[in-house]
Amino acid sequence: MNNRAMKKNALFLLMIVIAVVHILPFYLLLTTSFKPESDTSSKWLWPHALYFGNFTNAWKHAHLGTAIVNNVIITGIAVTLVVFLGCLASYPLARFKTRLNKFMYTVFVATMIVPPLTILVPLYKFVAGMGGMNTYWAIILLHVTFNLPMAIFLFTGFISTIPKELDEAAMIDGTSRIGLFFRIIMPLLKPITATVIILTGVTIWNDYQFSLFFLQSSDSQTITVALSSFFSQYVNNIGWVAAGSFMGALPIIALYLFLQKYFISGLSSGAVKG
Amino acid sequence: MADVAAVSDKGVHQDTVLNTKRKRKKSIQSPFWLNLMYLPVLLLFCVFIFYPFLKGIRLSFTNWDGYSPTFDWVGISNYIRMLHDPNIGIVVKNTLIYGVGSTLFQNIVGLLYALLLNKSIRGRGIVRTIVYLPVIVSPLIMGYIWYFFFQYNSGALNDVIGLFGHAKINLLANPQLNVWIITFVNTYQYLGIAMVIYLAGLQSIPKDYYEAAELDGATPLAKFFHVTWPLLMPSVTINVVLNLIGGLKLFDVITALTNGGPGYASQSLSTMMYKLYFAEQDAGYAATLGNLMFVMITVISVTALMYLRRKEVEQ
Repeated sequence: MNNRAMKKNALFLLMIVIAVVHILPFYLLLTTSFKPESDTSSKWLWPHALYFGNFTNAWKHAHLGTAIVNNVIITGIAVTLVVFLGCLASYPLARFKTRLNKFMYTVFVATMIVPPLTILVPLYKFVAGMGGMNTYWAIILLHVTFNLPMAIFLFTGFISTIPKELDEAAMIDGTSRIGLFFRIIMPLLKPITATVIILTGVTIWNDYQFSLFFLQSSDSQTITVALSSFFSQYVNNIGWVAAGSFMGALPIIALYLFLQKYFISGLSSGAVKG
Repeated sequence: MADVAAVSDKGVHQDTVLNTKRKRKKSIQSPFWLNLMYLPVLLLFCVFIFYPFLKGIRLSFTNWDGYSPTFDWVGISNYIRMLHDPNIGIVVKNTLIYGVGSTLFQNIVGLLYALLLNKSIRGRGIVRTIVYLPVIVSPLIMGYIWYFFFQYNSGALNDVIGLFGHAKINLLANPQLNVWIITFVNTYQYLGIAMVIYLAGLQSIPKDYYEAAELDGATPLAKFFHVTWPLLMPSVTINVVLNLIGGLKLFDVITALTNGGPGYASQSLSTMMYKLYFAEQDAGYAATLGNLMFVMITVISVTALMYLRRKEVEQ
């Protein structure tokens, strides 16, 4: 009995160690952002007094205000489109497994393997030719396209688990196919929709590769692009960079702590089911 | 989570039974216009993936600089150049380390974490949250945070090294070490995903199996290798394939920590492509490397997928 209790305590201790190790980088980020440049004490030490100058300076010089607005607009519209187009496409793919649809499903999901970077050069030429540089619409369409394969994968898997009798009953009651989709199927998709919103939302919010390439003007920059140019400019002023990184990460960390239950269960249910 | 997965599995099964019964009738009943529902997606894919992909193959046979309206056809000379590029060896090697190395570490540590945090210990929920937190923070910002840690002048690690009276070490400029530091940071970033997928897998294993194994007098290790591991294979497949695809195209973390340097020491195919396009106006050759990257990722992840899927069927 005593042996068992000891084992349990040892595991508890191990867990504490893991937690401390994983929280350390965030702790270092905090101490660095709250120390003035003149304070050269070790990052491990908590600042004597909280200094907010780094935050005001980083906010101003990195144009974080504009960047956050851009992030919200781009992520909001792109995620809405991914969800709408994704579940719309998944319905026939999951319900009517004709040879054509099976082929289409394979093609859609297989595109997950295409790294956006490998087609970056022609994509750039193409988008620039259409006048899409530094525009919302181009970057949104790109994000939508590259996030759709995962969304279709998750939605199709989920719709396949909804009994077909439901469709038939609704059809007998005189609902049209389209009415059936919007009134019966879509409301049932809530849990998987939450998963898709979270997964694609995080990916698009954090994107750096596409944004760096297609959003170069300071008016259209997103958080990551703004921070990276800020970083290369003020690399020696580590307090500013830390404060900027902290503010850039804050919105999504806050959202995560608020919705963490859905974050984790969404990812695991989606992955296991798929 | 486990219940959800179990219920849905049942749903799939029932569905397939019904499916075979009514298959013929159903497929005739479905009007063809319903397929229009995926037309927008198909259109987007054609415009933003398939068309540029074919264009990319074409561009790799040119000497386009990325800006001018004209360019010349150069045949396969970009591919020959790639074979003779003195930097390509190190870059491909780095890309493989980022991909395969991160995948190994993420899965080993992620599985150990999942096994520990699946036990009923007080506070495990908070620890799961902490381990998962980096997943949602942008990899670029995560790279900066670790930059503060490994940095030369006022880096947190060098403070500790200094405590022991040792001179500061410039870890990020060390060509032997920085590739592994980047692999470590990428592992740290996505450990949470691996852990969560393994946790979900562990929770979907029926308890009866363990009870039966215990009755047979199985040791904890035997229980792991004969019950847990085989039943966890589907989670292994998902984790390995996702991590491989992610690691082989790693970009943000490298940019934040070393920017590929010194020289080509920590460059991956992705960062090298950016360098070629942005800094060196060498778009034709960048497209060639893009095609190499596509082939690498496809071959490696499809091989891994097929190998692991077969393992799943066997048990």
